[in-house]
Amino acid sequence: MAINTDKNTYTIAFAAVMVVIVGALLAFLASALSAKISENERLEKQQNILYAMGVNENEGSGSVSFIGTDKVAEAFNTYIKDQLVLEGDKVTSNDAAYLIDLKKEESNAKAGKTRRLPVFVGEKDNKEFYIIPMRGKGLWDAIWGFVAVDKNMIVQGVYFDHKGETPGLGANIKQRYFMDDFIGESILNNGNYVGISVAKGNNDPANELKTDNEVDALAGATITGDGVSAMIKQSISLYKPFLQTIASN
Amino acid sequence: MGILSKKDAALILDPLADNNPITIQVLGICSALAITAELEASIVMAVSVLFVMGMGNVVISLMRNIIPSKIRIIVQLVVVATLVIVVDQVLKAFAYELSKTLSVFVGLIITNCIIMGRFEAFALANGPKRSFLDGIGNAAGYGFILVVIGFFRELLGSGTLLGIKVLGDPIEKTGLYAFGYENNGFMLLSPMALIVVGIIIWVQRSRNPALIEEN
Repeated sequence: MAINTDKNTYTIAFAAVMVVIVGALLAFLASALSAKISENERLEKQQNILYAMGVNENEGSGSVSFIGTDKVAEAFNTYIKDQLVLEGDKVTSNDAAYLIDLKKEESNAKAGKTRRLPVFVGEKDNKEFYIIPMRGKGLWDAIWGFVAVDKNMIVQGVYFDHKGETPGLGANIKQRYFMDDFIGESILNNGNYVGISVAKGNNDPANELKTDNEVDALAGATITGDGVSAMIKQSISLYKPFLQTIASN
Repeated sequence: MGILSKKDAALILDPLADNNPITIQVLGICSALAITAELEASIVMAVSVLFVMGMGNVVISLMRNIIPSKIRIIVQLVVVATLVIVVDQVLKAFAYELSKTLSVFVGLIITNCIIMGRFEAFALANGPKRSFLDGIGNAAGYGFILVVIGFFRELLGSGTLLGIKVLGDPIEKTGLYAFGYENNGFMLLSPMALIVVGIIIWVQRSRNPALIEEN
């Protein structure tokens, strides 16, 4: 028996059945996997925060390697002494601060509500690190990351990531040779919180000068680089009151 | 005697050379330009397309007699999109690192015109086995060109292959760079992908003049 596939009723019925089947399949998949996926995302956040303060498994000058997912939860407890949430002038301790969604807080701030700003206090080899999360825009989509500073406002490490920057160009912000350039730079310039900009001048390609608040840009990734500069600047201005209290202690 | 008949083997082999989806049919150029600045990205894209196309062709082929012709394009889109999302979600849950590398490509796979083209031209008219071979063949032909372009763009543009510095260090001035060699940053930009595709087309057609279209 051949089906008359040209009939309108058949077409509509086919479309309806297809939508139900596909919808059910995807809904089932999403709910079956969501716990596992959010667990992965949670571990990744911990890995990123630890990476910024130098707790990672990098070897030589090779590629980025995080601390293993099996060890990350324990390391996070060991190295991260305190997780703070800044709300206006109020500073509270909160063990789930690293799960705060920066994007949501940003839209809260736009809607006129108080913004919760998470900051992580880490300790390694008797040295304190203040790790600030950042979020900004690259060329195509969101970029984000963490910057770890000590109490003299010298950068101890950074981690950048992106949603969809161009492979080979903007996507290289998550390469070590770019991120490592930030280490040792100061976010202060004559007492002003200026951040660090990604500079195209090429006057310091090996990044030996650590007092210029600049790192060498990635060729072909101007807009992503500008996005990184803007992101750092904006985050530092948000956290400025907090950073000032640390610096004065 | 091989496992595949001559006709079936041609389904896989033709798209690799004389009926290549990129260089002969000029399909899938958009993704070939976008993601070939690095060899790794090219390989990941090639493998993803291989999977989606093999599976998609089979699914469409199995449904070919019940798909209403009026909405067949929509049905094809739904099949590709579903497959891609399934793959993406499963990777996110079980191979998180890999899924991060893939994230950029998910959207690009759905819009890849080779996939829709093969559904429309082949899977709707042929059985699942032949459709599967056709899908694999075309995806391999596409992937092969992608890898070739990725190889040259990464090598000449960044001096690396799969992220490994094969030509020496441009900042420390070792290897080739000691002799004044410089990376060609232009290779990293999309126009150069088009030029590399052009060169491949040129080489291929001058080796086999039968491929040259008449004006």
